Amino acid sequence: MATVNEPRAGTGGARPTDEILLKIYKKVTLIRQNDNRSVAVLKAGRLSMPYYSPRGQEVIPSSVSTALRDDDYICTIYRGIHDMLAKGMPLRDLWAEIAGRVTGICKGKGGPMHLTYPDKGIMVTTGIVGSSMPIANGLAWASQMDGNDKVTVAYFGDGASNIGAFHEALNLAGLWKLPVVFVCQNNRFAEHTAYNKSTAADRIADRAIGYNMPGVRVDGNSPVEMYQAAKEAIDRARAGGGPTLIEAMTFRFSGHVYGDDDAYMDPVVKAEYVAADPVPRFRSWLISEGIATDEHLGAIERAIEADLDDAVSFAETSAFPGLEELERDVFAGEIAA
Amino acid sequence: MSAAEKINILQAVNLALADAMADDVKVVVLGEDVGDPEGGGVIGITRGLSTRFGEARCRSTPIAEQAIIGAAIGASLVGYKPVAEIMLMNFTAVAMDMIVNHAAKLRYMSGGQTSVPIVIRTMTGAGFSSGGQHSDYVEGWFAHTAGMKVVAPSTAADAYGLMRSCIDDPDPCLFIENIPTYWLPDTPPESGSRTLLGQAKVTREGTDVTIVSYSRVAREALAAAEALSGEGISAEVIDLRTISPWDKKTVLASVAKTKRAIVAHEALRYFGPGGEIASTINEELFSSLKAPVSRLGAPTTPVPFSKPLEDAFMVGSKEIVAAAKALVAYK
Repeated sequence: MATVNEPRAGTGGARPTDEILLKIYKKVTLIRQNDNRSVAVLKAGRLSMPYYSPRGQEVIPSSVSTALRDDDYICTIYRGIHDMLAKGMPLRDLWAEIAGRVTGICKGKGGPMHLTYPDKGIMVTTGIVGSSMPIANGLAWASQMDGNDKVTVAYFGDGASNIGAFHEALNLAGLWKLPVVFVCQNNRFAEHTAYNKSTAADRIADRAIGYNMPGVRVDGNSPVEMYQAAKEAIDRARAGGGPTLIEAMTFRFSGHVYGDDDAYMDPVVKAEYVAADPVPRFRSWLISEGIATDEHLGAIERAIEADLDDAVSFAETSAFPGLEELERDVFAGEIAA
Repeated sequence: MSAAEKINILQAVNLALADAMADDVKVVVLGEDVGDPEGGGVIGITRGLSTRFGEARCRSTPIAEQAIIGAAIGASLVGYKPVAEIMLMNFTAVAMDMIVNHAAKLRYMSGGQTSVPIVIRTMTGAGFSSGGQHSDYVEGWFAHTAGMKVVAPSTAADAYGLMRSCIDDPDPCLFIENIPTYWLPDTPPESGSRTLLGQAKVTREGTDVTIVSYSRVAREALAAAEALSGEGISAEVIDLRTISPWDKKTVLASVAKTKRAIVAHEALRYFGPGGEIASTINEELFSSLKAPVSRLGAPTTPVPFSKPLEDAFMVGSKEIVAAAKALVAYK
């Protein structure tokens, strides 16, 4: 059942350069280390938040974002901290936000499910399954009207491909040839329900044909394959060639939300996927291919740990928002009512 | 257009959209059938816009309300001022997630980093036997949502002025148009005029009772006041124009003077906006009121089809007159 986890040359072109592969690895390990830290801090009782771990899905946004520009947009979902970190959300802003502090990127008013960082194109994070896609269309429509070449990526899960918003959004994007890339992170579970009990189609990528856009299924845990598929779709969108649906196969290493007992996940299957963890395998491969040394990667990882120490400390020593923030930001002006 | 020439609400909305599009290239219109090849809207509200400004700026969409509002939201996040049409108010139910969970909340949830300056135009109203899914007033759903502004003009001048203000506004506005009163000839708006959001209008002064209303029923309130004057009752009439946030100051000042109030709307009386307004009047003016605040609204039923039933469903001047007499007679 485990996906092919070794990076391999896809059909989309030559292997990415060593520089690109290292960029992807930096993001991958940042996401993994951030997840480890999040779980540790939650376990220690120092943080209270709904946490939807992206563990196991690191490679997808790391590869996609490496093919994006800073001024490209993303819309993501509640399980989206990996998507945001990959797009450039700074750790201090993120940690202060998930700790509910006024120094958080949303002043503590959004929390982990609504992180927003327009400086790096992180425009919307939604807690509603399926809702990233209709709004991503609007961002892409704006780029189309402006005549600029920005691309928008909508992230969502396999479960979201069964909600009406997915179909409405893909139809409009296909019809208007919008510069948007729909990246479905197929982690095999719609909350607690397994893929085959939730989705009629064998392959979500096949749904693209109904909306007149290319649909591709790729190994989302392979940095090479994922990057190549993303690059091709992003380049096409940027050149005015319209949208693409990418189904990136992956696996969620934990239950739906932190604290659930994941009894609904087959332990044998889960163990197989965890044994094929894409992060250490990517690391070993980079070394065996001579792209990086153990020392080099170790230095990257230690720097991230130091950044995490700094971010957590910054969050924990920051003030909570004052009560004057409660009714602020409902509208641009003060509330009249 | 000469000042003497009458125009109707339908034309006023069209004019407001055209003027806003001419003033600002970032104002765009989208919705089902809005382009001229599709008729310029099912009753012609957007007629001429795609011909004048191009189909890229007045764009017909699939029948897909979530996609329409989602596209409007996304474009508004990066500088556009979309006016999205949800043809009939009942169809807002299809786009509720986009409106309530996203348009209304993104500013707050992002800590003010993003905003959603969209206008959602929608039409509704009983009177044409359109039945239970094409006539409802559900403004209460949106007034009950933090982050939404809700407006409902009853005159051509306010239709123009409120539309211009909604387009100018940096936050999402729901703009409600009443179908049966679309075609009534009315005083034309001044070009470029704005009707401030959150500001009610005293449309008739009086001393015995205040009638608070909006949209079609605001016209019924004026007719009622005229009838009441013949019976020696002086009614003050307030057209809220903006339902949320509503103009407490104007309403409370009026009721402080008349000491009696009726709140009347076409929406269901049960859990209707009238409850909020009446309750505020009671809280603020309890000791000076001569009678409990009266609420008029539709009975708790879907809008019926058959004409006699539909007529009975709708609040009109007759019901307002009766309520005013009862308040004046209250001991």
